[in-house]
Amino acid sequence: MFDTLSEKLDAVFKKLRGRGRLTEEDVQAAMREVRLALLEADVNFKVVKDFVAAVRERAVGQDVLQSLTPGQQVIRVVRDELALLMGSGEENRLDLAARPPVGIMLCGLQGAGKTTTCGKLALKLRRDKRSPLLVPADVYRPAAIEQLKVLGRQLDIPVFDSRADQDPVAICREARAFADRQGYDTLILDTAGRLHIDDALMLELERIKADVEPREILLVADAMTGQDAVNVATAFNERLGLTGVILTKLDGDARGGAALSIRSVTGKPIKLIGVGEKLDALEAFHPERMAQRILGMGDVLSLIEKAEATIDREQAAEMAQQLRKEGFNLETFRDQLRAVKKMGSLESLLGMIPGAGKAMKQMQGMQLPEKELQKVEAIINSMTPAERRDHRIINGSRRLRIAKGSGTRVQDVNQLLKQFTEAQTMMKRMQKLGPKGLRGLLGKGGGLPF
Amino acid sequence: MAVGLFGRLREGLAKTRETLLGKVEALFQGHPKVDEEFLESLEEILLGADFGMPVTQELIAALRRRLKNEREPDQGRLREILAEEIATRLPAEQAWTLPAQRPCVIMLVGVNGVGKTTTLGKLAAQFVGQGKKVVIGAGDTFRAAAGEQLQVWGERAGAEVIRHAEGADPGAVAFDAARAAVARGADVLLLDTAGRLHTKVNLMEELKKVRRVLAREIPGAPHETWLVLDATTGQNALAQAKTFRAATEATGIVLTKLDGTARGGIVVAISAELGLGVRFVGIGEGVADLKPFSAGEFVAALFRND
Ligand SMILES: Nc1nc2c(ncn2[C@@H]2O[C@H](COP(=O)(O)OP(=O)(O)O)[C@@H](O)[C@H]2O)c(=O)[nH]1
Ligand SMILES: Nc1nc2c(ncn2[C@@H]2O[C@H](COP(=O)(O)OP(=O)(O)O)[C@@H](O)[C@H]2O)c(=O)[nH]1
Ligand SMILES: [Mg+2]
Ligand SMILES: [Mg+2]
Repeated sequence: MFDTLSEKLDAVFKKLRGRGRLTEEDVQAAMREVRLALLEADVNFKVVKDFVAAVRERAVGQDVLQSLTPGQQVIRVVRDELALLMGSGEENRLDLAARPPVGIMLCGLQGAGKTTTCGKLALKLRRDKRSPLLVPADVYRPAAIEQLKVLGRQLDIPVFDSRADQDPVAICREARAFADRQGYDTLILDTAGRLHIDDALMLELERIKADVEPREILLVADAMTGQDAVNVATAFNERLGLTGVILTKLDGDARGGAALSIRSVTGKPIKLIGVGEKLDALEAFHPERMAQRILGMGDVLSLIEKAEATIDREQAAEMAQQLRKEGFNLETFRDQLRAVKKMGSLESLLGMIPGAGKAMKQMQGMQLPEKELQKVEAIINSMTPAERRDHRIINGSRRLRIAKGSGTRVQDVNQLLKQFTEAQTMMKRMQKLGPKGLRGLLGKGGGLPF
Repeated sequence: MAVGLFGRLREGLAKTRETLLGKVEALFQGHPKVDEEFLESLEEILLGADFGMPVTQELIAALRRRLKNEREPDQGRLREILAEEIATRLPAEQAWTLPAQRPCVIMLVGVNGVGKTTTLGKLAAQFVGQGKKVVIGAGDTFRAAAGEQLQVWGERAGAEVIRHAEGADPGAVAFDAARAAVARGADVLLLDTAGRLHTKVNLMEELKKVRRVLAREIPGAPHETWLVLDATTGQNALAQAKTFRAATEATGIVLTKLDGTARGGIVVAISAELGLGVRFVGIGEGVADLKPFSAGEFVAALFRND
């Protein structure tokens, strides 16, 4: 997936040809790919529409950094917007700060994973030093009460003794009183699965809510849910006022666009995720990871992060601006050299360049020629700013001075200047070719222009 | 920006259903002509029904092509064409009939919570209603109280349930169930299986083993293997179908939970790509809520108000 979206974006931006800014058209084409990726991940089409509009707004007219390619620039905007939508992760914790027994009500469609999640939640809460009571309130599905009782036995956690001929509202009410008497501090209510359009059953949940006043009302939703997730989440939220969401079955390969859809329509945080059938398979929700999963591109994002960690964004922007203003001279070249050095290996540098994936595989593990780079930098350091901006003024006596100052030989200085002139020519050509040209440049003389 | 985008999304989506319905109405009333706006609305309807982008674009292209020469296509004509186009992507529609082998073995497979056990209960009741003798194998020995759940369904349907203890080997259940079906002279053996995500290789292997056990006991068994799909599922259903079909040689699909607002459009992509027909649809939790699939009704439901 990482390959598909980022490659598609690369293809879109191939037409860019080194222009300094993304135009409306470039962005339009990129947005079609983003739209498709999100739809494939099951993000609701309406959410996708608004999302893409927001991304487009932010992407149009943005500077194209030299070190980061436009495709990744767009991906970054997408990722930032996704992260914003997914929330900070701050509000993702369960809120149980109320007078005990504190109620947690799980609700949702049939088969979403409510009963299993009740068991998982009970185990988690006991580990958090609470004493939970499981309350089976599904009197409709055959053996649903028995299912929760079996889970309770497996976990050695008490289960309220309800029967299928009782009224679910009465079960919850009695369980609350029972917990109060017996000193259980948390009630976990397992309700029956129901369709959001089933008025009678939705009313039942409203009555349970009114009676028990649960602190948390959590929608349990299947990560494989498609476009309908928005309808379901909206309806449950409107009738019950959800406090959060638990997304189940994330141990599969579903991209989980429902997470984004649900979060968008309800604004409610995803508090926990289910990652297996076993009772300890309940985890905290990480918005960032979910955003990456939806885009299917963890790899490219970690590369961007690496680039960001070494070249901070402002610095990169500054560099790009300078490059535009001054062109490619020894001053801007030294800045790039320093940035490149910080990147560590040629491999990771090439990873930033679109379409360089294959070249990257061939160059695996290849290190930058450290000593060579140090020498080059020393030579440039010994030049005056004027010399760096225009190397053509560097005559014989200046060469001698520079060689002495940098502890190199005049031949070294000569070689650098010769190769720099070649590189400058190439750079000009590359600007016509677009970002991909850089690869040819790097690939030529054994890696670097020197 | 965050607040702005958020607010906009929530506003827009609070009324998704109404907007969608509005669109459908506009589609047929406000847009007698097939213009770009019309096609965009149709695209949204199809995407919203989980058809997925490839099939959606195919359908729209087909509609564009076929409507080019018609001057003022009306609602009925549009539906007709759409239904035809969808039907051609589904395997030939003919009512499914029970194969001749006795006992005929039908096995249900699928991911967790889609409705396998419930569907099996409904099927058992239908066969019993047709005067068939039915034996049920409780092949889900993993989920808590799965056996008890199936037992209740067996009683509802009037069919014997062969059960082992929780945690038992599903292969052993299949073996006993097959022996029992033969011994009782049953017409149908329905085998339930535990839900499993298609990505779990060992659990998919387990299904193959169960199939081998059945084949050893009853020639040609299982005669039918149906993949149960939840209509609420989105694009992931395609991956499910591919993997389950490869592992179990699935012969058909049961699409459950069509009584909700989800449309299950992804089955069209699945049928078109894998040639798997939809045998039955689940439309509720009751014993009678299982119907043969019909492409016409499927399309009508796309434009249904709920
Ligand atoms: N793989 C996987 N299966 C899950 C998860 N959560 C629940 N399940 C399974 O989903 C099915 C339905 O779960 P259940 O708790 O009965 O759903 P309910 O109808 O909402 O109460 C069962 O087979 C569970 O084992 C999860 O996070 N991962
Ligand atoms: N609304 C509705 N619910 C269904 C349908 N089929 C199954 N269910 C419900 O879905 C849930 C999971 O069903 P189950 O048969 O246990 O799924 P399994 O895990 O695949 O065996 C139960 O609550 C069923 O009542 C259907 O067609 N419509
Ligand atoms: Mg349940
Ligand atoms: Mg089952």
